[in-house]
Amino acid sequence: MKLGFSKAEEEFRAECAQWLNGQMMGEFSDIKGISTLTEKAERRKEWEQQLAAHKWSCIGWPVEWGGRGASLAEQVIFAEEYARAGVPGRVNHIGIELAGPTILTFGTDEQKRRFLPDIAAGKTIFCQGFSEPNAGSDLASVRTRARLESGNWIVNGQKIWTSLAHISDWIFVIARSEEGTKGPRGLTFLMMPIDQPGIEIRGIKQINGDAEFNETFFTDATCAKDSLIGAPGEGWKIAMGLLAFERGVSTLGQQMGFRNELDEIIAAAKANGSANDPLIRQRIAKAEIGLNLMRYGALRMLSNSDHSKVDGAALTYKIQWATWRRNLGELAMDVLGQSGEVTDNPGYEWGTLPNLFLYSRADTIYGGTNQIQRNLIAERALGMPREPRGDT
Amino acid sequence: MDFAFTDEQLMIAETARGFFVDNATSQRTRKAMASDGFDRETWQAFCQGLGLSGLLIAEKFGGSNLGMVEFANIAEAAGTQVAAVPLLGQTMVGQAISAGGTSEQKSQWLPKLAGGEIVATAGASADLKANGNKLSGKISLIPHGNVAELFILSNGGNAWIVERSANSLSVETPTTMDQTRPLATLVLDGVHGEPLGDSDAAIQAGKTAGWICLAAEALGGAQACLDRTVAYSKERVQFGRAIGSFQAYKHRAADMMIEIEQARSAVYWAACAVDEGSDNAHLALHAAKAFCADTFFKCAGDMIQLHGGIGFTWEHDAHLFFKRARSIQTMLLDGNWHRETIATMLLGEAA
Repeated sequence: MKLGFSKAEEEFRAECAQWLNGQMMGEFSDIKGISTLTEKAERRKEWEQQLAAHKWSCIGWPVEWGGRGASLAEQVIFAEEYARAGVPGRVNHIGIELAGPTILTFGTDEQKRRFLPDIAAGKTIFCQGFSEPNAGSDLASVRTRARLESGNWIVNGQKIWTSLAHISDWIFVIARSEEGTKGPRGLTFLMMPIDQPGIEIRGIKQINGDAEFNETFFTDATCAKDSLIGAPGEGWKIAMGLLAFERGVSTLGQQMGFRNELDEIIAAAKANGSANDPLIRQRIAKAEIGLNLMRYGALRMLSNSDHSKVDGAALTYKIQWATWRRNLGELAMDVLGQSGEVTDNPGYEWGTLPNLFLYSRADTIYGGTNQIQRNLIAERALGMPREPRGDT
Repeated sequence: MDFAFTDEQLMIAETARGFFVDNATSQRTRKAMASDGFDRETWQAFCQGLGLSGLLIAEKFGGSNLGMVEFANIAEAAGTQVAAVPLLGQTMVGQAISAGGTSEQKSQWLPKLAGGEIVATAGASADLKANGNKLSGKISLIPHGNVAELFILSNGGNAWIVERSANSLSVETPTTMDQTRPLATLVLDGVHGEPLGDSDAAIQAGKTAGWICLAAEALGGAQACLDRTVAYSKERVQFGRAIGSFQAYKHRAADMMIEIEQARSAVYWAACAVDEGSDNAHLALHAAKAFCADTFFKCAGDMIQLHGGIGFTWEHDAHLFFKRARSIQTMLLDGNWHRETIATMLLGEAA
């Protein structure tokens, strides 16, 4: 067990920091510090391409697909320096964190050639079409249908909460491809270009005034036969494999974003005197402890090459960070006091901390609610008996 | 960077787990609880049979010269069984003398501690008065002070080695809620104390070892609470279903696991940071002590609740965990103190 980094790794850290800081002080200074996923989307697509041009886009991927084959320690270091430099989140995070690894694991060689270099290069931005109005927590009850017709798959139905669909090039969906099937059987994992007549996107305005999520409507939308991942009917297996990728190195970059938020709260508490309140002090200390435990928890998951030893523990990660961040949002407002509830910004745009307070209510819902996470932990990690289903 | 156990560490953990399950049985622990809270059979087997009492002590003094990660593996295993052994005090004293003892003190005491020939423990009180090397005053709440033969006593600034056999020293043993680790009171009236070579280093090393020990014990204890509760939930049937199939039950078990996995990260982060002399070792120690104690208490309380009536009986082991958890919460300073220390690191002193 070892937590320190080697001299070579520290040199790599310096190299990352130098390049990232140079970009944020130079050509891309206009996007530094942006904390929402939607702001300046076009410039951030250019940033994706800049990362790729210098081989910093997907450093953990194999060299042949646009990566560097970087070690775990190097990926950890890059994620940390990325956030430390104030670089905004990746607008193609679904492409590089979910679609890419899924194609890498389950795709054909032809699909790898066709998609991976373009994802790494920021030329293909992906979004995810899983949830539906009647398939949220109960994801397996999707109703969107796909049928094979003259060599192509024709898709009809509706997806919801499609994050960033309005700036994406491609979407992956799970759809029911076998009539009469229920639950996880008979589902297929399809990828299709968004810019086609059969796909319509409508933004959903959220409680923070932003519109990162969308409704996506499919009316005889087309998916080419060679854009299926896995075989027809294997969609559930692929989707579950994909969700496991969410526990990857990207979580460490996400935590550095949390670090910046906590630091901003600490600065606000010092500035307005709430840093003298013993209860606020306890809560700030708790937040600091929780953030560190996320970091070392993630390092523990990532360091164990024998995943069977930590698979159960990995299931606890989503509810852990989501709950931590929702609490952080409440702490932020308690530190700001009533003045946190007004802004001089035009429109309904909030600064980092009030926005954190509002946005973090989504954290404990999307990607599986806290309640679903508890079911998963109890049933899969602890082996407790399954809840009987109501419809069988 | 590789935050996973080495094969050697996994082997030590597995050996320790097996040892405490086989030796520190409920029957033996309860026998100790009914007398002086010291399971001598288990302790002797641990020190002499297994040879693990000198884990952190240098080889030239008869120890194994291993690190805090390995020690945490052992303390976690001891905590899993709520073993009634003086591991906490023994380790604090060994570390204090290793870090702050003179070379004579090291040669005199470390081999005896490593071999388990004597039982040692530590205590501190600002009320301890020193007149030269003559100590007077009352120090209470000393873990396993009732059975220890060697003490390190501190008034916060200085620390002394005191032998049980010294003149004018008496030991009082009040009834302790956690009978697996009785808390004793030492009354000194001009007792000879031998000053440690470097008191600051000794006190710091003693505290560090104590915090790691308590955090790791708490982790082991919390995991045992969860494991035993989950096993029960699969057997106990009500309303025609195993009670573990109800969401109200499952979600509570899941919440226990969420805390426990963080506690595990906390213990091994702190242990590893201490071993590496990392900059954030202090943060890690305070975080681990505060977080793990709270986790254990939550899990032990939930264990009673989720067992229903049987969990409230003397016969069931749930109360052993519950009382140990409460004891760990306040021992070597409570969670609020550790969090305030962290707050001071982040925010400065409160005005």
